[in-house]
Amino acid sequence: MRLDLLTAMNAERAARRAAVLVTALEGGGQRLVREAEIARDALADAIVPQLRSGKSGTVEAPSGRYFLEIHLPPPRIVVTGAVHISQALVPMAKLLGYDITVIDPRTAFATPERFPDVKLLAEWPDEALPKVGLDNWTAFVALTHDPKIDDPALEAALASGCFYVGALGSRKTHGRRVESLKKRDVSDDAIARIHAPIGLDIGAASPSEIALAILAEITLRLRRGPEAKP
Amino acid sequence: MSVRDDDVLATAERWRKEGRTVAIATVVETWGSAPRPVGSHLIVDGEQNFLGSVSGGCVEGDVIAAAGDVIESGKPKMLEFGVADEAAWRAGLSCGGNIRVYVEKVD
Repeated sequence: MRLDLLTAMNAERAARRAAVLVTALEGGGQRLVREAEIARDALADAIVPQLRSGKSGTVEAPSGRYFLEIHLPPPRIVVTGAVHISQALVPMAKLLGYDITVIDPRTAFATPERFPDVKLLAEWPDEALPKVGLDNWTAFVALTHDPKIDDPALEAALASGCFYVGALGSRKTHGRRVESLKKRDVSDDAIARIHAPIGLDIGAASPSEIALAILAEITLRLRRGPEAKP
Repeated sequence: MSVRDDDVLATAERWRKEGRTVAIATVVETWGSAPRPVGSHLIVDGEQNFLGSVSGGCVEGDVIAAAGDVIESGKPKMLEFGVADEAAWRAGLSCGGNIRVYVEKVD
């Protein structure tokens, strides 16, 4: 491997962007495909499913056999709302390998006693989110039911290309939320990306079951992309 | 304490920039039960210092020896280890798996 290739690959990983090192197994040629270049790459049909699986592997293409070394940033979940559902969501998300952060400016909710061993920011989203740094490998979940907290965070999540954006609330609540986001000049296309009602429809009744439904929906979007049906 | 693969590749870059010769070994295929997944890395320098793992210890000795050849010749090598392989018995890949390891020099 050329040193410049290794350096470039490490830089992409440090910046939390996906990268694929393509090695031709016959001939030994090597190149780096960055996240933004994947769609138009000659091996896109092979790279995209490999990337979704999150695993490196050998692929056959008309031009030969290639080893695709997949580098994905560790996926994250950012939640607004230090609420009951979040208390179930945090340990479940950790078990699934997510790095999770909870944001809630209401200090009565955001206490270390209620949320031990997790990144907890008792701040408004406009202060907290720039520090957290939302990106393509982050899922954002709005759980406060309070538009003053959730709406600015949803706007930021939609603008940051989060792979999943979900918001808790009935269809009626979501209807009011849509009107408020439109007033904030959020586009219809962006609003349509919000998963609401949140979570896969598994008949979830308790806070833990709602957390499970949310995590199942996040997993679906992470592994199968934005269009796939459950 | 396990060393994350991230750290291994960052270390390979640092070693090379310090002027050391470096080879990277990568697990490219596994069959059956293999101790380390495809994409796992082991890096070796010219003094046979190494970091990371391709098999949890079973075949590292042979990989490190091959890395010495690769550093010398500059040509990548594909290594195979498995239960049917005499060398692998010697190296002790007793878990019953087969692995293929690609070894290349950092130029």
